[in-house]
Amino acid sequence: MMISPDHPSADPKPMLDSFARRHRLDPREALPWLVAIAAYFAFPDYLALQAQILATIVFALSVDLLLGYAGIVTLGHAAFFGVGAYTAGLLAANGWGEPLSGLLAGALAAGVVGFVAGAIILRTSGLTLLMQTLVVAAMLYELANKAGRITGGADGLQGMQVWPVFGTFRFDMFGKTAFLYCLAVLLICWLVVRTVVHSAFGRSLTGIRENVLRMHAIGAPVDRRKVLVYTLSAALAGVAGALIAQTTQFVGLGTLSLERSGTILIMLIIGGVGQLYGSFIGVPLYMIAQDRFASVDPVYWYFWIGLFMVVLVLFARGGVLGVVRRLRQPDGPQK
Amino acid sequence: MNDIASAAVNVAFHGLTLAMVLYLISVGLSVTMGLMGFVNLAHGAFAMAGGYVMTTLMNRWGLDFPLALFLAVAVVTAGSLVLERLLYRRLYGGDELDQVLLTMGLIFMSVGAATYIWGPLAQPMQPPELLRGQFNLLGHTLPAYRSFLIVCGAIIVTVLWLALERTRFGAQLRAAVDNLRMAETIGINTSRLFATAFAFGSGLAALGGGLGADLLAITPGYALDNLVYFLIVVAVGGLGSIRGPFLAALVVGIADTALKYYVPQFGAFFIYALTMAILLRYPHGIFGRT
Repeated sequence: MMISPDHPSADPKPMLDSFARRHRLDPREALPWLVAIAAYFAFPDYLALQAQILATIVFALSVDLLLGYAGIVTLGHAAFFGVGAYTAGLLAANGWGEPLSGLLAGALAAGVVGFVAGAIILRTSGLTLLMQTLVVAAMLYELANKAGRITGGADGLQGMQVWPVFGTFRFDMFGKTAFLYCLAVLLICWLVVRTVVHSAFGRSLTGIRENVLRMHAIGAPVDRRKVLVYTLSAALAGVAGALIAQTTQFVGLGTLSLERSGTILIMLIIGGVGQLYGSFIGVPLYMIAQDRFASVDPVYWYFWIGLFMVVLVLFARGGVLGVVRRLRQPDGPQK
Repeated sequence: MNDIASAAVNVAFHGLTLAMVLYLISVGLSVTMGLMGFVNLAHGAFAMAGGYVMTTLMNRWGLDFPLALFLAVAVVTAGSLVLERLLYRRLYGGDELDQVLLTMGLIFMSVGAATYIWGPLAQPMQPPELLRGQFNLLGHTLPAYRSFLIVCGAIIVTVLWLALERTRFGAQLRAAVDNLRMAETIGINTSRLFATAFAFGSGLAALGGGLGADLLAITPGYALDNLVYFLIVVAVGGLGSIRGPFLAALVVGIADTALKYYVPQFGAFFIYALTMAILLRYPHGIFGRT
């Protein structure tokens, strides 16, 4: 798994530094969690929205792992989000409402679908791959739409009964349990993603993104690694879908839609891709803005978010994190 | 036996109509993607704009069908030229992701703008007096307007192919798709070529959107809802090709109609599965170059 074999002339000091950089937590990394806890006390009336935001951050993290690190552009990640949501939803609607095992089942189902889809479609690249991701999601959408007797079709899945977490913490109507549950799951997922991207495996993903020919040349098993990261990312997306399903007690066709695949990409881009924290910035910004503006006038919302995207792509590449970095080091390397 | 035959004729007929509309809309996308390597997801928005302008001119202003259609194509062509110079051109040869995001943003803007101006309902499309009703052909009753669509499509396809093969512009286009740098080296003004091809493709999309307004309903979600179909036609047909998308549109149009007729319980599922299979076998499309 090591991609940087011991080099005889390598100075040990930079290597130690890089090891420390990889594994030690920066104090600033506590910021998102402090903000989340502060928000819990500051806005008790908006806990349901906050729980949604936390779950969506998990989804955005899964896309970031795929797009930001492995460089795989996907327009169909809602496929795995939806599989996770429907798995957890169907379990809870059919007599098994235990949330943690529901999450695991969602992750497993999405992971299996991701593995199969990845093994098939990842041999293509560029526009063809983009099309394949789109088509996989479209197929699952059609399946869920037409299997109305199982999934509820266009009406959505009704009648979910989610049991209390650990058998004690009931999902209350204020969303306190939902919030803390989502926060805990997000923390675990974030630790997983952070560990992965800083591991040798994660480095090899970056290598694949930057120059796939050289990765082949140094003997890295490129195809296997792409399928592996696709599976992992799909499983994470499944967790996010299951989280949303359990906390809202509803699963609709929208979880599998192209719109969902597109908006999660947008949220991630707003924050910044491939920097691990883009999701923590982009998702809240997007969802809070959506909550504010869309409640005033849902018609305008689409127009403004579209305009915002256009401006972002043309003038503020790298998202919020990219702009912040450029402001801090105007002459530094631009991503 | 007779029922089976007449059902088959019906499927072929309606499949052909859908194929014509899909081809008109998608061929411009194929050229944009093949020529500039630009992933223009918002291409369907031009078709939608064509449909909206045409139906508005007809329903509110009382213009004739041909005049309304012509004006719709002209307006969209001009508008797309402005967009190309202002937005698209900046991202030629750029990052695929940036192109996806820019055009996704344009789709969302089109959804919002169309809802604001025209409301959420589909725009009604009344074919002109002459093309209403049905007529008989060899014992089959066929709707007149859809037959007109097929004839129209066939004429436009022929003209397009002739133009590509016989005109100077067509030769330049083929040269630029084959080898962009070499085309520039021998003095082809590729920037102008891009703009012209882009505007032309958008105009064709507007034509397809307007002509096919009763097939693909003109609603605010048009660009997003039909995106997969347009992309399938282009990806299966092969980028930068004029003929490939036609074959692909035929396959998609007829297969989609047949599958929805014979196995409605699966909806569009099989058409996606078919696309996936074709793309695995021919990653660059049936007519694409490796």
